[in-house]
Amino acid sequence: MSQFSQVVLSGLATGSIYALVAIGFTLVWQAAQTVNFAQGEFVMLPAFFVLAGMSLFGLSFGTALLFGLAVSVVVLGLLFKKLVAEPILPHGGITLIIATMALGILLKESVKEFYSAEAQPFPSIFPNDPIDVFGAVLSMQDILNLAFSLAVVVALTLFLNRTRTGRCMQATAQNPAVAEILGVNVKRMILYTFLINAALAALASFLITPVYLAKFSNGETLGLIAFIAAIVGGFNQIRGALAGGLLIGVLDNLTAAYVTAEYRAALPLVLLIVIILVRPQGLLGTKEGRAV
Amino acid sequence: MNVRMRTLSILGLVALAIAAPIGQGNYIIYVLTSWLVFAIAAMGLNLTLGYAGQISLAQAAFMAIGAYVTSLLTLAGWHWILAMPLALLACFVVGLLLGYPALRVKGHFLAFVTLAFNTLVFLVLRNEDWLTGGSYGLVGMPRPDFGLFSTMKQLHFYYFTLGVTVLAALAMWGIVRSPWGRAFKALRENPIRAESLGVDTRRITLLAFAIGSAYGGLAGALVAPLVQFIEPGSFGVAHSLRILLMVVVGGSGYFFGPFLGAAVVILLPEVLRFAEGYYLIIYSALVIVMLVFVPSGLIGVWGRLHEKFWPRHEIRADLKEGAGLK
Repeated sequence: MSQFSQVVLSGLATGSIYALVAIGFTLVWQAAQTVNFAQGEFVMLPAFFVLAGMSLFGLSFGTALLFGLAVSVVVLGLLFKKLVAEPILPHGGITLIIATMALGILLKESVKEFYSAEAQPFPSIFPNDPIDVFGAVLSMQDILNLAFSLAVVVALTLFLNRTRTGRCMQATAQNPAVAEILGVNVKRMILYTFLINAALAALASFLITPVYLAKFSNGETLGLIAFIAAIVGGFNQIRGALAGGLLIGVLDNLTAAYVTAEYRAALPLVLLIVIILVRPQGLLGTKEGRAV
Repeated sequence: MNVRMRTLSILGLVALAIAAPIGQGNYIIYVLTSWLVFAIAAMGLNLTLGYAGQISLAQAAFMAIGAYVTSLLTLAGWHWILAMPLALLACFVVGLLLGYPALRVKGHFLAFVTLAFNTLVFLVLRNEDWLTGGSYGLVGMPRPDFGLFSTMKQLHFYYFTLGVTVLAALAMWGIVRSPWGRAFKALRENPIRAESLGVDTRRITLLAFAIGSAYGGLAGALVAPLVQFIEPGSFGVAHSLRILLMVVVGGSGYFFGPFLGAAVVILLPEVLRFAEGYYLIIYSALVIVMLVFVPSGLIGVWGRLHEKFWPRHEIRADLKEGAGLK
């Protein structure tokens, strides 16, 4: 029982981090109707900004985290929007998707060549002590990771529902033309979406990198799992992405612990195919128009 | 370009392909052969992406299926010419089974499903070592021997591959120009109109994807005897991405785009040896720049220049080559 609760908890903790990435992904999908195939690399990179901040500028870990967050928002939010998404989007969605694939290769290879091809240790934000809860030994880091990501999701939801800017962003996502007629600055709202996506990716990066170590190839699996979480949960809902992330985190851990470690990576993929067959709009999603 | 010019220039290109390896070392011939093999794979993906407008990220997985089926059968003593059609059939059927659920929904779901599928295939190839040899892969596939013409020598194998490529290209030409091919293009240009004119859009897209997958299988069936060693690592998602970028760089929706794209991806690194690790960085950055300015690929650059100096009237979009990817 103790092992079971530990497995579930660490699954929830990892799952909540996947959820952060998946939420960023759905926000960008809603606002710009584009799928960012470099999302995994967006999570890989901020950890390296932090490491670079500590080794190049001699910043302390705390300052370096802020530095990493700021650089990520500028590079992965602002520059990505201005230099890649904005000029390519008029050529069509598929063209932009392919461009983000190329961007993923660019980021990955740049880190490999200019920083290091080896996995780098990354300091953990939260203490990694085991604690005893009702006889079950749980990891403090897992609990705090989970609490922190959930807090971020709650804050984001409050921002989107309770503030004027947040509601303007939702209006833009739902119907840009009408939003513009009603006086919403659509371009600015889309920019905000990209900035929030970059910030979410950076936070996920800081939480997950202590577990996986900082490596240039981290993005490959992370990106795919975030897509799957978003699709499984429902591509057009924040709570869908959250549910999808948590579900995949837990199932992944349970499979690895009790069923098969060899095919651990296959589970989310099978889940994806089943969901698309049975419930294409995702578990919590609402229906969009069918093909054509 | 009128018909005669076109025929002449195609014949010129084939002559060039025949002359290219003469007097070259084994390594250069090997690189040229893999250019042809990847051009076949890219040609198949071009049908899916450029003509039917769907992203597939599983072309490397279909190459894997083709390569493993061919290897297992030829290692068991079958002749290549019997093993290859089975490999193609396997890819075609898997393509149908995979495309069916993915094409039920709107959006770019095929991209995700194929991405997931590629990873699954990789895992199966690595874990089921009783069949696939696991991470060590399979070695020692015989090259096909046609009695009078044995392909054991590198140069002979090149000409054999060239022959297969020409046949595959002719078949593709037939497909693209057939009523089916016209339906693919109609679908890409205006799916709603195509459907209201009675084109069964889902079936046509599914068919394009399955045929494209079979071309991936053909490329795989050629890779096995070319390298005579296959392992799961050579068929990962990264390779699918590479093939996709070949199609886009060459010019998706153009008949000769895949050949040009494959040449850029396979031959150029050999020329740019000095760039070493920076090659992929420069390449991917250039792809992004290209997509910003000329989204129709390198062939599109030529088309643009041509249009500028010899302008002519607009032709119907469903007869036009080159996809405006939406």
